[in-house]
Amino acid sequence: MSNYMVNLKINNIPVSVPEGTTILEAAKKLNFRIPTLCYHEDLSVAGNCRVCVVEQVGARLLQAACAIPASEGMEILTNSNKVRQARKHIIELLLSEHRADCTECYKNGNCELQDLAHEYGVNQHLFIDLARKRNYTIDRSSPSIIKDDSRCIRCQRCVRTCDELQGVSALAVAYKGEHQKISTFFEHPMFEVVCTNCGQCINRCPTGALIEKTYIDEVWDAINDPNKHVVVQTAPAVRIGLGEVLGYEPGERVTGKMVTALKLLGFDSVLDTDFTADLTIMEEGTELLTRLKKALVDKEKVALPMMTSCSPGWIKFQEHLFPNLLENLSTCKSPQQMFGALAKTYYAQKRGIDPKNIVSVSIMPCTAKKFEANRPEMRSSGYQDVDYVLTTRELGLMIKQAGIDFMKLPDSPYDNIMGESTGAAVIFGATGGVMEAALRTAYEIVTGREVPFRNLNITPVRGFEGIREATVKIEGCLPEWSFLEGVELKVAVAHGLANAKKLMQAVNDGILSYHFIEVMACPGGCLGGGGQPIPTNLEIRKKRAEAIYAEDEGMPLRKSHENPEIHLIYQDFLGKPLSHKSHELLHTHYIPRKRY
Amino acid sequence: MTDIQEILEKVTSKYGKQRSALMPALQAIVKEKNYLSDEDIVAVAKTFDLSTAEVYGTATFYTFLDTVPRGKYVIRVCKTISCHMAGKDEIIEALQKTLKIKVGETTVDKKFSLLTANCMGWCHKGPVMLINDEVYPELTPQKAIEIIQSYQQK
Repeated sequence: MSNYMVNLKINNIPVSVPEGTTILEAAKKLNFRIPTLCYHEDLSVAGNCRVCVVEQVGARLLQAACAIPASEGMEILTNSNKVRQARKHIIELLLSEHRADCTECYKNGNCELQDLAHEYGVNQHLFIDLARKRNYTIDRSSPSIIKDDSRCIRCQRCVRTCDELQGVSALAVAYKGEHQKISTFFEHPMFEVVCTNCGQCINRCPTGALIEKTYIDEVWDAINDPNKHVVVQTAPAVRIGLGEVLGYEPGERVTGKMVTALKLLGFDSVLDTDFTADLTIMEEGTELLTRLKKALVDKEKVALPMMTSCSPGWIKFQEHLFPNLLENLSTCKSPQQMFGALAKTYYAQKRGIDPKNIVSVSIMPCTAKKFEANRPEMRSSGYQDVDYVLTTRELGLMIKQAGIDFMKLPDSPYDNIMGESTGAAVIFGATGGVMEAALRTAYEIVTGREVPFRNLNITPVRGFEGIREATVKIEGCLPEWSFLEGVELKVAVAHGLANAKKLMQAVNDGILSYHFIEVMACPGGCLGGGGQPIPTNLEIRKKRAEAIYAEDEGMPLRKSHENPEIHLIYQDFLGKPLSHKSHELLHTHYIPRKRY
Repeated sequence: MTDIQEILEKVTSKYGKQRSALMPALQAIVKEKNYLSDEDIVAVAKTFDLSTAEVYGTATFYTFLDTVPRGKYVIRVCKTISCHMAGKDEIIEALQKTLKIKVGETTVDKKFSLLTANCMGWCHKGPVMLINDEVYPELTPQKAIEIIQSYQQK
C-alpha cells in the first residue's frame, strides 16, 4: 500500500486513507458497514454482485465500493435513499434466481443473503421467481460436499477460493448471462473431478449453494441404538473453533465444555484424536529417522523429502496433481484413521466389546475427513474404521438440537483409554504444528535432549506465511544416531494448497530440497479447516491459532513420546513404532488419480 | 481428421503457451474438428497448465465454441431484439419443420444443427441467420427453406 494519502468524505465525515484503499475499506475505518456478497477478505475483488453500491456525489452511476479505490476529494454516500433502493432491488434480483425456501436450507440462520434480505426488508416480490422455473442440479455425489445450484447467486467466491487459495480450480464459471453457472469440468459429478474435498468453498459460500454432507441423523440413530457402543473422537482444532458456533468470540478454548456436551449428547465414550496425534508423531518421527538412516548410512534410495500425511485434502491433491511424489508422503494414516483402526481393535479388546457393535464417530474441523473415512483403504479393523465424520459446525448444531446451554456447562475430562494427550498433539490443529511436534520428539530421540528452543516453542515453523522454512542443526547425538551428527535438518511448512503447489513444483524441479515437509490443505491449517465455523478470515484464524498455542502451553505434557497412554499401547498392543502390527493398522498407501 | 496434438503444436508455436493463447487454441480446434470434445479440453488443459474446469468454463462462455458435436452445417438464427421483431420466430419455425429438429438439435444424418445466437450486427437487415460462416440476411420463411434446400443438395 502506498504512503500517499488521499482525502475523501464518507457520509460527510472526512477521512484520510492510503492511496489504493477501496471505498469499502475506507468506510469500515469510519465504522460504516457496507453490505457485500461477492467480496471476501481472503480473495481478490470480483465486483459482480453489486450489493455494495454507494453514491458518489456528482457521478452519474452508483459505484461498487469493494472495487473502486478512494480518490482525492471524493464524496461518498453509503446510505442515501438512492443507494438503499438500489441495494434492495439488487437483493431482490438475486433472490429471484435463488431458491429461497430458507426453512429447508442447511444454512438457515447463517446465510449472508438471508441476512441482507432481512436488513433491506425484501418482501414485495417485485421480480418473477425464476428459481422454480429452472431445472437446477443438486450434486450429492461427493461424501463431503453438496453443491446445490438452485441456491447459487454466482458470486464466484468458491471459484476464486478454489483457484487463488487452493490452486485446484475444480470449480469454474461456465456459460454466460442467464445461463451462467458454477461448474466442474463438463459438469461431471463432484466426486469424479479434481476436488480435494477441502471445503474451503463451503467456508466462503454466502448462501447454501455449497454445504457439507451431513451425517447428524445417522449419529443420532447410533446413539439411540441400545446395542451400539458409540465412541467419539475430537480433533485438536475443534476445541478452539466450536465456541464460535455456540456464542463465543473466536479464540475461545472450550475443550472441557465440549467433552461435557458430548457426554450429555449420549456418546458412550468421549475420546481424543489428540491421542492418535501423539501416536502419529511416534510413527512418523520414526519413519523419518528410518528414511534418513537408509539414505545416509545404507545409501539406499528412499523418497526424501518426506511429507506429512495428516491432511486428507492435501493427500487427494497430491494424488491428483503430483502422483510422482506419492512415495514421499509418510505412510502414516491421519490421526483420525489411526484412531478409527484402534477403536475397533485395541479399544474393543481392552473394553471387551465386540467391534461389530462399535460405532466410531469423529468430530473434525474438516470436510475432506468425510471422504477419507470412506476410502476403501480405511478398513483395517475389518470394519469401516470411522463410521461417521461430523464437522465442528455439525457438532454445534447437535448441541443446539439437544437444548444444551453450552456456555453454562462445567468442564469434564476425556474418558480413557485413548483420551490422554500432550501439547504436541494439540498444535496439530495449526499450520506448522505437526512439524513442531515431530521435531520435539525426533530431536529428543536422537540426542536425548530437548529441542533447543525456548520453552519448546519452535517459533520458526509457526505463523501465517504461506511457505516457511527452518533448519535445525543436530548436535550431540546418542551413539546409535551418530550418523546424524552435525546434520542440518531442513524442513518446510506450507498451508493452503496454492502454497503447497508452489512448494511441490519447486521440489519437483529440484530447485528446493528438504528433509521433511509439512503441508496442510487449508489456510492456517486445521484451525481454518473446511468444517470450521463460518465466517473465516485472517483475523479469526489468528485468534484460533493463539488459542491452540495457549492450549499447548497449558498442558502438563508437551511432547508426544511422554504420553503415558502411548507407552501403554506400544507395550500392550503395538510392540514398537513401525512394527508389523503398526503397519497393519496405522499405515496406508496412496493412489494416483487423474489430474485432468 | 487432424490430430489434436498437431493442432495444439501449431497454435503454441505461433502464440506460445501463455493463457492468452487459449482462445486461438480453442478456435483452431473447433475449426478443424467442429466441436471441443472431452479429450480435446483435457489436451488443452495439459498444454496450457490450466484446470479442465477452467478451459471448459472459457469454452462454454462463447457461443461459437461448441462443446457438443454439431452437424456439418451449423445454422445460427439471431435471437436478439431487432431480429425478433423482424420475425425470427417464423424463421425458426420454418427451419424446424424443414429439418425436423428443434433448436439445439442436430439432424440424424449429422448434416445440420439448428442453434440461436446473439446479435451479429445485421439489425438493419433482420431477420438474419448464419450457416457456418455465411450470412443470410432479410430472411422470410420461404427464403430460409430454399437456402436449406440448396445446402441439402450439397
